[in-house]
Amino acid sequence: MSERLKVSSNPHVRSRATTSGIMAAVILALLPAAGFGIYNFGLRALMHILLTVAATVLTEFLFGLSRGRSTVGDLSAVVTGLLLALNLPVSAPWWVGVLGGVFAILIVKMLFGGLGQNFMNPALGARCFLLISFPAIMTDFSCDAYTGATPLAALKAGESVDLKAMILGTTGGTIGETSAVMLLLGACFLILMGVIDLRIPGSYLISFLIFEILFSGHGLDPAYLAAQLAGGGLMLGAFFMATDYVTRPITQKGQYVYGAFLGIMTGIFRIFGPAAEGVSYAILLGNLLTPLIEKYTKPVAFGKAGNRGKGDKSHGEK
Amino acid sequence: MKESKWKIGERLFNGIVRENPTLVLTLGMCPTLAVTTSAVNGLGMGLTTAVVLACSNLMISLLRRVIPNKVRIPAFIVIIASFVTVAQLLLEAYLPSLNKALGVYIPLIVVNCIILGRAESYAYSNPPVPSLFDGIGMGLGFTLALTCIGAVRELLGTGKVFDLQVMPSFYTPIGIFVLAPGAFFVLAMLVALQNHLKAIAAAKGRDVSKVGSGCGGDCPHCGVSGCADRGVPGDGPAVIDLTKEGK
Repeated sequence: MSERLKVSSNPHVRSRATTSGIMAAVILALLPAAGFGIYNFGLRALMHILLTVAATVLTEFLFGLSRGRSTVGDLSAVVTGLLLALNLPVSAPWWVGVLGGVFAILIVKMLFGGLGQNFMNPALGARCFLLISFPAIMTDFSCDAYTGATPLAALKAGESVDLKAMILGTTGGTIGETSAVMLLLGACFLILMGVIDLRIPGSYLISFLIFEILFSGHGLDPAYLAAQLAGGGLMLGAFFMATDYVTRPITQKGQYVYGAFLGIMTGIFRIFGPAAEGVSYAILLGNLLTPLIEKYTKPVAFGKAGNRGKGDKSHGEK
Repeated sequence: MKESKWKIGERLFNGIVRENPTLVLTLGMCPTLAVTTSAVNGLGMGLTTAVVLACSNLMISLLRRVIPNKVRIPAFIVIIASFVTVAQLLLEAYLPSLNKALGVYIPLIVVNCIILGRAESYAYSNPPVPSLFDGIGMGLGFTLALTCIGAVRELLGTGKVFDLQVMPSFYTPIGIFVLAPGAFFVLAMLVALQNHLKAIAAAKGRDVSKVGSGCGGDCPHCGVSGCADRGVPGDGPAVIDLTKEGK
C-alpha cells in the first residue's frame, strides 16, 4: 500500500525508451548497409568497421576510466564508430579509421562533456578532420572491385551513370554509402520503431530536389535527379546523421528549417563547389546553426499570446 | 619568492608562468593562431614581440609622468608603433625569409593587446626597471607558448620540428595541424596542460596562482581584457586561488 502512495515530483509518466535502446536500434538499422559494404568491397571493409568501432569504444572506455564514470554502455560509441567506418573509402590505410575514431570520441564528444553536450556529430566531425588532413587518401575510391570515378563525380563531369547499380549499391564510394536500397531499408526500420521521423530527412531531400531542379541545369530530368538522390552520402546523411538527436534542433518547426538548410547547402556544394560531394559539410554547418534555429523557433508557451511582445510594446508607447 | 628591490625575478616568473599572456591571459590570439604553423615562425614572432614589448614598456615607464592621462592610449600606440617599425626594418634587413613568413603580423604587433595591456596595466604605473623586466618576462612567456604551439603543429602536420625530420618515415603528416583548426586544437591542449600542471603544483603547496599585478583598481579604463578580477575594486594585488578558480 505504501508503495502506491509514493510521492515524487514530475514527470510521472515516462517513456520506456533508453539511450542504449535507441542506439541499438540505430546499429541494427545500419547493419544492412554495413553488410552490403562488406559484400561489395570485400573483407577489407569488415576490417575497417571492426577497427573503427574498436577505436571509438576503447577511447570512450578509457576516457570514462580516467573520469571515474563509464559511458560505454549507452552504445553511442558503437554508433559513432560504425557511422565513421561507413564513411571511409575501402582503400584507406588501416590506421585512418582508428585515428578518426579516437578524434571523434575524444575531441568532438568527450571533451565537450560527452553524449548530449557535443555540438557537432562526432562521426561527421571526424570524417571532415580526416578529409582535411588526408585529402588524397579520403577521396581515393579505387579498389579491387571498382576503378575510376564515383557516380557523383561522373555525373558532375557530365557522363552517364548506371542508375540501377547506384540504387542497388554496386558502385564505387565509401563503404556504407553506395547502396540506397539498404540504407532506405534501415531508415524504414528506424521510422517504424519511432526512433526517427520524416521531418528532417523529408525536408532535406525535398529542398535538395527543388534546388537541383532550379540550379543544376538539368531541369526535371528524372534520371539525373534520381542519380543525385541515390549517389554519394545523401541517403546515409539524411536518415542517419542529420537526425542525430544531439545535434539537430529540438523544435518541430526548427527541424523543417534545419532540413531545408541542409538540402540547400548540399545543393550548393554539389553544383557550385569544386568537389562532387557536400553532404558532410552541409550537415556540420547545420549542426553549428542548430542553437540559432532553436532560438528562433521556440514555441510559445501554452497560455501566452503569440503576439505578446507586440502588444506590450504598443501598450508601452501609449 | 624573494623580493628584490627591482622585482626582476618576480616579474620574469610572473610573465612566463603565473600570467603567461597566451596560456593564462589568452591575449594576442591573432598572431598566436595565425603564424604558429612552424616552430621557427612561432619563435620569430615571439622574440620580435618580446623585443618590442620590453622596449615599449621601458619607454612608457620612463615617460609615465610626462604622458597626460587623457591621451595615454594614443601616446602608447605612437611609442609601440615606433618600436615595431624599427623591428620590422631590422627583420627585413637581416631575416628576410622570416619577415616574409610572418607577413602582415609584424606590423600588426602595434595593436597586439599584450603590449597595450602591459603598458596600461603595468608600465604606466611602475618604475622603469620592473617595467622592463615585466616586458621581458611577458615577451618570453609569449615566445615560449608560441614556440611550443608551433613545434607541436609542425611535428604533427609535417613530421618535422625546426625543419628537422623527427617522425619516422612511415608517419603520414596530419595536414589539419598546419591549417587554422590545428592552431585551436593545439592551443586548447596546451592551456589544459598548463592548468593541469599548475593544479598539481598548487596541490603540492607551491604558489603559482595568478596575481592581479599592477592593478590600479581602475577597471573601466583598464586594458587587460582577460582580467579575472574585473569589477572587483581592490587596493593591492588580488590573489586568486587556482584550485577554486578551476571549478
